[in-house]
Amino acid sequence: MRQHKLALCKEHYLEWIPEQTERFIKKYAMFTKAEKILVAVSGGKDSLALWDILTRLGYQADGMYIGLGIDGGIEYSDESKRLTEKFANEHNLKLHIVDVEKEYGQPIPVLAHVSHRGKGKPCAVCGLAKRHEMNRIARDLGYDVLATGHNLDDEAAVLFGNTLVWESEYLLRQGPVLPARDGLARKVKPLCRFYEREMAAYSIARGIEYIYEECPFAEGSQSIYYKELLNQMETARPGAKLTFYLRFLEARKNGNLFIEKNTAAAHLHPCPKCGQLTSTDDFCSFCRLIEKAAASTPTG
Amino acid sequence: MAKLILRNKEFDVSAGMTLLAALKKANIIPESVIATRAGEMVLEDEILKDGDVIKLIAVISGG
Repeated sequence: MRQHKLALCKEHYLEWIPEQTERFIKKYAMFTKAEKILVAVSGGKDSLALWDILTRLGYQADGMYIGLGIDGGIEYSDESKRLTEKFANEHNLKLHIVDVEKEYGQPIPVLAHVSHRGKGKPCAVCGLAKRHEMNRIARDLGYDVLATGHNLDDEAAVLFGNTLVWESEYLLRQGPVLPARDGLARKVKPLCRFYEREMAAYSIARGIEYIYEECPFAEGSQSIYYKELLNQMETARPGAKLTFYLRFLEARKNGNLFIEKNTAAAHLHPCPKCGQLTSTDDFCSFCRLIEKAAASTPTG
Repeated sequence: MAKLILRNKEFDVSAGMTLLAALKKANIIPESVIATRAGEMVLEDEILKDGDVIKLIAVISGG
C-alpha cells in the first residue's frame, strides 16, 4: 500500500482492514453496536467484504440483495444472487431479497427501455431503482442505518465527475454519512477510505467468493472512465486519490468550499406517493418511472 | 519469458523485471489490477521468473 507507505503480511492485512473500518465508523459517527444495520449487498467484492467486516466487528448487520434482472449473456444477476446467498448461508446471516421484476412488473433493462431514460443504457434507471428500494426496505423493516460498500475509488470518481461540472448541490451532499431525514434511514459508507484495490485484496485474502465479472452494461461507463484517469494519477503519484477525497471532506467540513454550508438550501420534499425525498415538484423520479412503465406495458 | 493474463488477453514479458515494470510494459495500469500466481497474491516489487504465469484480477467496478 504505497499510499500508506505500509506493507503487511496476509494475516496482519486481514486484521488491519477491520481495525481501520472500526476507526472510520467511530470517526464519522456512523453507527453503534446498539443500532440495526442493513447492508446493501450486490455479490461484488466491496459489499460482501463490508458485510464480512461488520459481522466480525460484532455489529448487527443484515443483508439486502436487489435482483435487477440483468443477464447480458453471463446470467449476471443470477450469479451475483447465488454468491450473495452462498455467503449469507455460510455465515448464518439474515438476507432480504427484493426482485425488481416481481415488485414492479419489469426488470431493469426493460424499465430503462420503456421509460427512455439513460441514453440507451440502463445505468441511470438502475441507480435510481436501487436507491429507492434500499430506502424503502430500510424504512419498512425498521433499520436505523443503511450501509453501502462504496470504496474510495467510487467516492473519488463521483467527486471528480461532480467537480468537473461544478455540481454544487451534489458536492454539498457527498460524504461518508448522509443523516436520517423524514423517516429515511441514515446512509453510511464505512469503506469510503479504502482503495478499490485494497478491498479486492481483502476479499481474495479472506477467501470471499465474489462475482469477478463486471455488469455487462458498465463497459464504457463514465464512472469507470474517471476511475481509470484517477488510477493513472495514482500510479504516478501514490496517494493522489486519497488526498483528493480527504482534502475535499476537510474543506467541506471547514466551510472552505465555494458552496454554502447550509444543506437546507438544497430544496427537498417528500414524494406524495412513496414518501421519499425528491427535488421535483410532484412525484419522485422513481414513481414517475414506474407509472410510465405501467402505462406503456400492454395488459392481458 | 513470463506471462501476464488479464481476462482473455495474454501478455508475454521478459523475466528478470519487477511485476510493476512488467505491468507498465504491457500498458496495464497497476492500480487497476491485483496479480496472483497459483492463487497467491504477488507484490509489485517482486521480480518475475522465467515461466511465471501471473493471473491479473481486474478490480475496477461500477457503472
